Amino acid sequence: MDINSTLLGQMIAFGLFVWFCKVFVWPLIMEVIEERQTMIADGLAAASKGSRALEEAEQERVVIVDAARGQAREIVDQANGRGTSIVDEARATAEAERERILASARAEVEQEVNRAREELRGQVGSIAIAGAEKIIAKEIDASAHKELLDNLAAQI
Amino acid sequence: MASSADGAKTASQYIEHHLQNHQACLGPEGVLWSTEANPIACSGNFWALNIDSMFWTVVLGVTFCALFLKVAKSMTLENPGKLQAFVEVVYDFVATSVRETFHGDSKLIAPLALTIVCWIFLMNLMDLVPVDLIPEIAILLGIPYMKVVPSTDVNITFGLSLSIFALILFYSFKNKGAGGFIVGELMMNPLNPKELGMPKVFWPFVMAFNFVLELVALLAKPLSLSLRLFGNMYAGELMFILIALLFGSILISAIGPVFGVIGVILHIAWAIFHILVVTLQAYIFMMLTIVYLSQAHESH
Repeated sequence: MDINSTLLGQMIAFGLFVWFCKVFVWPLIMEVIEERQTMIADGLAAASKGSRALEEAEQERVVIVDAARGQAREIVDQANGRGTSIVDEARATAEAERERILASARAEVEQEVNRAREELRGQVGSIAIAGAEKIIAKEIDASAHKELLDNLAAQI
Repeated sequence: MASSADGAKTASQYIEHHLQNHQACLGPEGVLWSTEANPIACSGNFWALNIDSMFWTVVLGVTFCALFLKVAKSMTLENPGKLQAFVEVVYDFVATSVRETFHGDSKLIAPLALTIVCWIFLMNLMDLVPVDLIPEIAILLGIPYMKVVPSTDVNITFGLSLSIFALILFYSFKNKGAGGFIVGELMMNPLNPKELGMPKVFWPFVMAFNFVLELVALLAKPLSLSLRLFGNMYAGELMFILIALLFGSILISAIGPVFGVIGVILHIAWAIFHILVVTLQAYIFMMLTIVYLSQAHESH
């Protein structure tokens, strides 16, 4: 229990162990741990940078999609307009064509009628002459005349 | 239970045997060793060396250094092993304690704290080795006395605390200067004659009074540091000895086995409780060292 030179021995040993720890042990551990700390800090910074970039990209995406949607709507609207106008135009054209064909057909029919009538008119003389010849040839026979005249009338 | 060739020892012999260091000193006729016939051959001789304390303290210190050096050399940045994780936990614990308590700038204090906490923990841990195991082995090897817990030796605890006291003085003088430390810190506190507005005539008396108070406070630091550790570990060791003695000696009687079981249970209970003391004392020693050295770095 008494104090003796063990005290000095312990002090020397203490000094040596502290020196050893300070020179050989502590710096090695500290180096690795600090390196890991910076690595983790860098990793976290990179992660937060990445998530920030992702957020920005997301915002950008929204803007781009919105613009594209607007553009698409515009194009569709335009196309619809174009379509309507084309249909209208086509309808108008068709209408005009119909009118034209109808008119020409009508004119042709009239022309044909006129021609037929002219032809008929031309033939009436010869028929009348033929009728008169027949009447004259058959003398006067009322009934025969009548039949003849009816025939004539029917031919007109 | 201690037993020698000539039969059982008495209780006091048993306790004395456990509390006796194995010593060596230089006598008039060469080296003198403690013997069973004359255990206190070196008593009173300052140059006596407690061989057992010295041996165990160095073995434990080397164990600490070797373990930490081995891990430190093979430290990996990624994917650390279990041992490395353990060392890093200890490192981090010490580094955090130092960072939170010590506000000066010193490269020494952190490794110092690490050495203290690990070394003292290992020394205290020797208390959990069954009390009779190593001494009985030592007797078989021809060594009559063997105290295995270095921190139950005042020389060891004072060796630590006086080293720290030297550091306290060194840093106090270095950071505050001789005048700043002796006059400013030791004489102008706790009663500051200047702030109290005393006439200059009274200053020397007040300063002398302060000096006495502060000197006692200063000297109490290493004293309390070492005696706290020593007292706790000595008491713990003594408890183990007493439990072993009480229940071991009854073992010989007819109801021995029953008491033997109680003794084992008591041993386990005290050991479990003692784990707390072992850890706590190492921690307290480290923390107080940091606090004292921090105070030595702070200027008023």
